[in-house]
Amino acid sequence: MPARLAQRPAPPASLVVRGTRVLDPAAGIDEVRDLVVAGGRIGGPLPKDAEEVDGAGLVAVPGFVDPHVHLRTPGREDLEDIATGTRAAAAGGFVTIVAMPNTAPVVDTAPVLRALLERGEREAVVRVGFYAAITVGQAGRELTEQAELAETGACGFTDDGHPVADAQVMRRALQYQRITGLPLVLHEEDPSLSARGVMHEGAVASRLGLAGIPSISESVAVARDAVLAEYEGGRIHVCHVSAAETVEEIRRARERGVAITAEVTPHHLVLTDREVEALDPTRHKMNPPLREESDRRALIAALREGVLDCVATDHAPHAADEKEVPFEEAPFGVTGLETAFAACHTHLVRTGDLPLETLVRRMGADAAAAVGLPAPTLADGAPADVALIDPEARWVVGEGGFQSRSRNSAFLGEELVGRVVMTIAGGAMAWRS
Amino acid sequence: MSRRSLISISDLDRSEIARILRVSNRFAEVMTRDIKKVPTLRGRTVINLFLEPSTRTSTSFELAGKRLSADVINVKGSGSSIEKGETLKDTVITLGSYAPDVLVIRHASVGACQLAARHTDAAVVNAGDGKHEHPTQTLLDLYTIEREVGPLDGLHIAFVGDVAHSRVARSGIRGFQAMGARVTLIAPPTLIPRDAEDALGVAASTDIRDVADADVVYVLRMQLERMGPGGFVPSLREYAATYGIGHARLRPGQRVMHAGPINRGVEITGELADDPATLIERQAANGMIVRMAVLYDLLAEPAEAAASAAPLGVVAA
Repeated sequence: MPARLAQRPAPPASLVVRGTRVLDPAAGIDEVRDLVVAGGRIGGPLPKDAEEVDGAGLVAVPGFVDPHVHLRTPGREDLEDIATGTRAAAAGGFVTIVAMPNTAPVVDTAPVLRALLERGEREAVVRVGFYAAITVGQAGRELTEQAELAETGACGFTDDGHPVADAQVMRRALQYQRITGLPLVLHEEDPSLSARGVMHEGAVASRLGLAGIPSISESVAVARDAVLAEYEGGRIHVCHVSAAETVEEIRRARERGVAITAEVTPHHLVLTDREVEALDPTRHKMNPPLREESDRRALIAALREGVLDCVATDHAPHAADEKEVPFEEAPFGVTGLETAFAACHTHLVRTGDLPLETLVRRMGADAAAAVGLPAPTLADGAPADVALIDPEARWVVGEGGFQSRSRNSAFLGEELVGRVVMTIAGGAMAWRS
Repeated sequence: MSRRSLISISDLDRSEIARILRVSNRFAEVMTRDIKKVPTLRGRTVINLFLEPSTRTSTSFELAGKRLSADVINVKGSGSSIEKGETLKDTVITLGSYAPDVLVIRHASVGACQLAARHTDAAVVNAGDGKHEHPTQTLLDLYTIEREVGPLDGLHIAFVGDVAHSRVARSGIRGFQAMGARVTLIAPPTLIPRDAEDALGVAASTDIRDVADADVVYVLRMQLERMGPGGFVPSLREYAATYGIGHARLRPGQRVMHAGPINRGVEITGELADDPATLIERQAANGMIVRMAVLYDLLAEPAEAAASAAPLGVVAA
């Protein structure tokens, strides 16, 4: 049962990017040449009236895939909708995104999913897919009608925002996965350990007097679900890994053959709990929380080695009002689609921590593979999914606004280096700066 | 240093703390007069915004402002628009529109004062924000220790009990250290913050017998209202037996402090709480004096604050 991806019909793009660095590590392509897009596909004979783009100094890569975004639709279209969320994605170089089902109502029945896909076909400027909930209402008790949801086109199942706390329910979901074949995408958190925490449990929380979310609340949950997946022969994808202990659990599970993939967010790769000292929940309150430098180094190393498969933004729009409250009272979450590449490029690639080629893979082909979606490629004949990047462009996050309807970026006000200047998604022009 | 805020005890360096303690001494003298009111802050406005229960801090801030002749307005959570669901930001903006000079804030959440400071031109004074900080408590504790025990330099102070939930301890640790004192935390392992020794630069112990080394034993209230379900200690009875402070656990010459309110028979025996040899009542009395000094320090002109002769003339009643 293939996942369905929706996108608004648009005229196919035809253009040539002259003299650009064409970089598709998964396809073994890295050369300076012209990149032709003709009739919405890579390569082929160039139409006579095709636009010419000067690609000198730019890098053309396969468009990015984000397996973890919150589009707040249905229910909170004041924060984000499919049009604004996919525009933000396009501005960040993404050509495919998958939205989480923690909406109002929750995406836990086929009619809700169907309505979203129809809306995606009218509004989405890049491909959008939707996960359905693992449990009804994401309440953690009864499984959703997953066979029907899979038939309708769900990309997978997740209770993201909430862990599946009950081990038996998780076990049933893993058993039922044999019918759907779709990934179980897991927000890993033992709620009895994270309790009322609002930031990473560590020295900074001790100084600030804030209740901590210990790293073990994540690793304990991953350990449990890896054991369950192993026992049931299932496959799990771990959301937003934040802690060094979790990396070790994933490494150990994989070594013994568990089918486990994992993602990490740009903010966990770039920032630490020291940021929380400013007590600004708009930028620095999210779950899982920003952790320590030693965790950050472990995440970077794991992403480099592939123990963590991919980057995912966990793009989580919130209204300014919701966030302009004391730190403890603010909701969790930061946006990320428009800054993902630039933040990683600035703080990982330019610092020598991660090769550009690896970042491009982890944001593209590897992200797609982790959740079983087709991987964008620059190979001739493929549908045109291209992000054209100016790696030297400097810009200040938030200056000139956001495509997203929300502005709760962890990088708000910061200067980043590297910017997506053009995105072609599914053969159509989706973004030009 | 007008219009500076006092949100964390770390906002003050050693010399600034010393200055506030010196000014406190002068206000202590005023309190010995028949008429305990001076014209120093006439024409200034202080708004006390107390959104969490308080007796000592709210009363002493109100009296401090009034005895300095400032106009003092008190806003409490109950009976205000907060009850109608107004956000802290909107409340602060509204109060700010009346152009107060100082906004004193007590709030249940960490970071409330930082938020308020982003939305007002008034000087913000933190009168306790959740488990985070309570800087004026630390100033009055420092003042009390200096007056009753002696110079802080080289003194050893032990906080005993619920460190995890204590803003008194969190500000106290930094303030005492800034003045040269050594701090030890003595608490059940469940109530010592993670990485406390590194994070806070203290020694930490789970053995109550270690109070013997301290010059001052600072007993912390068991903050049952902040603990929530789950239980940090098996029972208050066991806590009292294992960590409660009474005469039997003290050696002669040790001084005992407690910021109040007291849970008698839990963290401190009733007998010890009533013993006039403790500093507990002095702390309460000094609270008002030190808060006068804090308001004075925030509002007096820099030249005025620097001058040793503060305008302490008596106001005709």
